[in-house]
Amino acid sequence: MSRSQTTVVLDGHIIDSLLLPKVLDTILAMGGTFDLTEVQIGTKREEPSHAKILIRAKSSEALSAILQGIQPHGALVEGEADCMVEPAPKPGVLPENFYATSHLPTQVRLHGKWVDVQGIEMDVAIRVSPDFTRASTVPMSDVAPGELIVTGREGVRVSPLERPKERDVFSFMQAEVSSERPNTYAIADIAERMRTLRKQREAGRPGSEVLLTGGPAIIHAGGRDALAWLIDNGFITVLFCGNALATHDLEADLFGTSLGYRFSAGHSAPHGHEHHLRTINRIRAIGSIERAVETGVVKGGVMAACVRKGIKVVMAGSIRDDGPLPGVITDTMTAQAAMRAALPGVGLALLVATTLHAVATGNLLPATVPTVCVDVNPAVPTKLADRGTFQAIGLVMDAASFLRDLARNLGWNG
Amino acid sequence: MTRLLVCPPDFFRIDYEINPWMNRENAVDHMRAVRQWDGLMEGLERRVGATLERMTPVRGLPDLVFTANAGVVLDNLAVPSRFRHPERQREQTHFEEWFVEHGYELRLLEDGVYFEGAGDLLGVPDLWLGGYRKRSDVGAYTQISELFGREIIPVELVDDRFYHLDTCFCPLSDGEVLYYPHAFDGYARAVIAERLEENRRLTVPQSEALRFACNAVCVGRKIALPTGCPETMRMLRDRGYEPIPLELDEFMKAGGSAKCLTLALGE
Repeated sequence: MSRSQTTVVLDGHIIDSLLLPKVLDTILAMGGTFDLTEVQIGTKREEPSHAKILIRAKSSEALSAILQGIQPHGALVEGEADCMVEPAPKPGVLPENFYATSHLPTQVRLHGKWVDVQGIEMDVAIRVSPDFTRASTVPMSDVAPGELIVTGREGVRVSPLERPKERDVFSFMQAEVSSERPNTYAIADIAERMRTLRKQREAGRPGSEVLLTGGPAIIHAGGRDALAWLIDNGFITVLFCGNALATHDLEADLFGTSLGYRFSAGHSAPHGHEHHLRTINRIRAIGSIERAVETGVVKGGVMAACVRKGIKVVMAGSIRDDGPLPGVITDTMTAQAAMRAALPGVGLALLVATTLHAVATGNLLPATVPTVCVDVNPAVPTKLADRGTFQAIGLVMDAASFLRDLARNLGWNG
Repeated sequence: MTRLLVCPPDFFRIDYEINPWMNRENAVDHMRAVRQWDGLMEGLERRVGATLERMTPVRGLPDLVFTANAGVVLDNLAVPSRFRHPERQREQTHFEEWFVEHGYELRLLEDGVYFEGAGDLLGVPDLWLGGYRKRSDVGAYTQISELFGREIIPVELVDDRFYHLDTCFCPLSDGEVLYYPHAFDGYARAVIAERLEENRRLTVPQSEALRFACNAVCVGRKIALPTGCPETMRMLRDRGYEPIPLELDEFMKAGGSAKCLTLALGE
């Protein structure tokens, strides 16, 4: 059996407050043992006392559980040091031993002070300001030579998320994703959140934007009207999608088909497979989706709602795209940067019927933003739930049913 | 003359839920809240005999009314709060500005430590207690104890409904206290029993603790406290205090009462 040990220090009025006995009791209750290697008791009442405790546990997991148990009572692991930094060697290149982030709230120790890392997202690096007072995340591609980048693990502290205070579906997060679970209550709770966020946005509160990242299945499956309604009524305020969702939405408006299938009759229209190409070509001729809506060529649907409401839209292209439509960003790093720039202020993210865009969005979001992932394929919500946040929920269901139920909960009559 | 910092409830409402009392569905009746706050101010000024310092309310900061959480002051030093919840962190600069504009010297805590002011740090002359675990971090008291050169005994709060020390513990004059023991863990209860003899401790019954009987403002022998606490009032009268019951239930919707709405600034 492997054993683990570490030394913690406890300072302050730890004797009369019974903090020291409480910490020692906690260590024993959690299956550890200890040696009090140093105790200095203040000679006057206002003088602090100091204790050094060597803790032993059966395994490193047991030790970290004990440390977590005694940390709220003021026990600190001895020898906490400032984080190490090294200058970036070249544009877009991080120092060899750079610290790679998680999406959890993170602090770094700079000149003896713990400082919050701004704009946390996973799989990026941490940049420290030249005066060592601030720290923020930086993607590999954006790093400039000479910028100070955190290296190693020392002096970096990651906090687990607290369970959210709201008594709704997000407070019972769900590592497991199941197609068996009834989704009705979850959708009602999501709707409630969206109602609150809309109110907060109207009151000018930050963090009240609602993001939807969507795939083209929303259109094929018949969720177009519900989604357009949610945008029109101010429930969704940021849209991330690819070329396909926009194309099929516009195709539905111009030709009444989605990838050539008629919505009304449910069978393919003659030469219907060409409709999406003709749609893209027509919008390219007009110059932009905005102009197509403003000139009345496109009258309804999701993209028209976005233009009318003036909401933030980021269309990120991919290798198999036709066209693409004007406005689709085909450079992946530029697209990633545009998505990142649209995220501050988002207080709820809905990732619906898309794998790649959902994962991309998930990677950019801090763990503190409540996230809902909806897909008929359980693998997608599972992948998202595996990110280990309390606030991500996965719903295994059809995109159109989800959007229609959600919109009906919010007052849609369709 | 005891001076108290207060903030009018112009923008007081339930915009978020950061304690078990708050429920966004349970909206604040604004006119009623204003009347109750005015009633408290009148009670504090005319009956308790305190001097009030009013700060300017800020739109979008509904909890700025709870000035107990501005920080703590001792003589001309002020340690401003570092709130645990982002919703309240936006209040920090306003409280700090007020302290500076009114001649206090700021003493800032190290980054990464939470401390919610006189909501969690309270003292009878020979014993200062610092509530921790729910809002403030225990480490804050090591720093403040050093800044003020005073002993501060950290006590762990264990019931979410009593999330600040001032919701379950109230120092009275002459070294007595009102308190609700079940809000504390066993170690804290033992420390309080050890340091305060039994005749100095007035134990509030649960039903009145839940009406925030302990969230009272005591100046001399006068005590402003929420209505609906007959047993607490009887205990106080038996000890020669004059309880002044005030209707404050609109503020209970946010988990606060008389004490939370004031910050003692000293004489």
